[in-house]
Amino acid sequence: MTAPAGAGRTARIVRPAVLLLFAVLFLMPVYVLVVTSFKPLQEADPGSAWNLPAHWSTSGWSAAWDTLRPGLENSVKIAVSGSLISAVLGSLNGYVLSKWRFPGADAVFTLLLFGMFIPYQAVMIPLAGLLTDMELAGTIRGLVLAHVVYGIPICTLIFRNYYVTIPDELIEAARVDGAGMLRTYRSIVLPVSAPAFAVTLIWQFTSIWNDFLFAVFLGAPGSWPVTVMLNNTAGSGAVAVQYDQQMASALLASLPTLLVYLLLGRFFMRGLMAGALKG
Amino acid sequence: MTRRARTWLPGLLLVLPSIVAIGVFVYGLIFWNTRVAVSGRHDEVSPYRFDRGRNFADLWDQPSWPGAVRHALLFTVVFVLGALLLGAFLAFLMDKGIRGEASFRAVYLFPMAISFIACGVVWRWLMNPAPPERAVGLNQLFGELRLGALANGWWQDPDWGMAAMALPAVWQMSGYVMALYLAGFRSVPEELREAARVDGASEWKVYRHVVFPQLRPVTLSALIILGHISLKVFDLIMAIAGKQIITYVPAIATYVEVFDRHDPANGATIATYLLLAVALLVVPYLVWSVRAERAR
Repeated sequence: MTAPAGAGRTARIVRPAVLLLFAVLFLMPVYVLVVTSFKPLQEADPGSAWNLPAHWSTSGWSAAWDTLRPGLENSVKIAVSGSLISAVLGSLNGYVLSKWRFPGADAVFTLLLFGMFIPYQAVMIPLAGLLTDMELAGTIRGLVLAHVVYGIPICTLIFRNYYVTIPDELIEAARVDGAGMLRTYRSIVLPVSAPAFAVTLIWQFTSIWNDFLFAVFLGAPGSWPVTVMLNNTAGSGAVAVQYDQQMASALLASLPTLLVYLLLGRFFMRGLMAGALKG
Repeated sequence: MTRRARTWLPGLLLVLPSIVAIGVFVYGLIFWNTRVAVSGRHDEVSPYRFDRGRNFADLWDQPSWPGAVRHALLFTVVFVLGALLLGAFLAFLMDKGIRGEASFRAVYLFPMAISFIACGVVWRWLMNPAPPERAVGLNQLFGELRLGALANGWWQDPDWGMAAMALPAVWQMSGYVMALYLAGFRSVPEELREAARVDGASEWKVYRHVVFPQLRPVTLSALIILGHISLKVFDLIMAIAGKQIITYVPAIATYVEVFDRHDPANGATIATYLLLAVALLVVPYLVWSVRAERAR
């Protein structure tokens, strides 16, 4: 912790200065989003986007709200149910793969994990066909199904990495007392699982909320989440771009995940680390 | 045997639904996709007929494909190196603790919570290539800071555009790399560093010979994660450029072939190439890391 005095002084000044510079650079896009979203339409001109609004206005926000509302509702439905189901599955899988192992469990785990990395493009064409056959194409339930299935690997990984820290002796003791698999899960594993549930729920909520690929391949206008709606409102080149509304829309669509990040950042971090395999 | 089976069978049954789901939705559908790829089914009505994978070679004769591969490579190099170096550098600066560390960390990490679509909305504006007299976004900022020479066409530059396209991705992911490295730095025991200092090593040499070598697994994880994200990049490009040829990459090409050109075989072939690229990167890593963990 103690640095040599001479070199230490420059480091003490230079280091925070460089970090501050990068913090400003990182926040720059947010500054543009926020100030532009609060400008009245006639002021929301790209040429003056770096300026603060002369008159503050929320018309961009109310326009964004009106346009995005169906998408926001869909996103809430998809992300909330998707992440809840994912967490339950992940917890059971993680428990078995760490504490109630069967022959070949490692191989199964490795095969599961690969599902985390596959490019979804490589399954998208047949998946669209499969969901059509199941009459789930273009529905919210179809999107939830896709997110839950392809979320199994990461959720299993998070719970498994968490459960390996429970001492095997506890599980053994329960077994000796005659508790079966589910009983052991309920009385020993589940009560200490809250942090892993938090990590998984946040991770899944964020990634499902931010998903665009599944939504655009498998969704339909009635089930489009907010990302697709945002992209549609932003992408139409025909009409003059209403920058105030566009920037407000981008912020509005990001608020839920930003709030989750700000309020529960600690768990968000742990999810990130789990994603890197080595927790 | 039966008694042993009784102890593990319930576990297997509990995981079975997930195994089946992954079996069908990952491996089954990959198999199905490959079937479409080798079927030469270039429209949506003809039957699946095996064409010995001619498609995999034919694709390279299509005018847009080699460009898509080149774009993906350029994007990958800039994005992966950019996020890796910036993330490691930020973590290095913060390693010894700094006032307001929690705030710095929060600032560097928050872009990860934002969707690539929302990120695209603002970066499309920041990287607007309008000419100097009507400059907006970063070009305008460069002009006001008397750095006009830096103004450029960003992602609309035919040669280097994909390097600019990687900037928003670096913005989103370097905080993640920072977090990985910071955890890595802090897991190096202080005694190790102290021992090197006692031996007369300068602070830089402590990093060079003690800390950095311990971080190889972190670097490997980060490389794998950034690499596979990069190959799959879709949302960001759709949000910034849409389906323009100038930013065409394989992940976009799949979508265009399937939905715009109604050519499932081409879409599936591109998707298979994408899968192979990711598998080459990820499979050895997965096998290695699961084995390494078992060995502990």
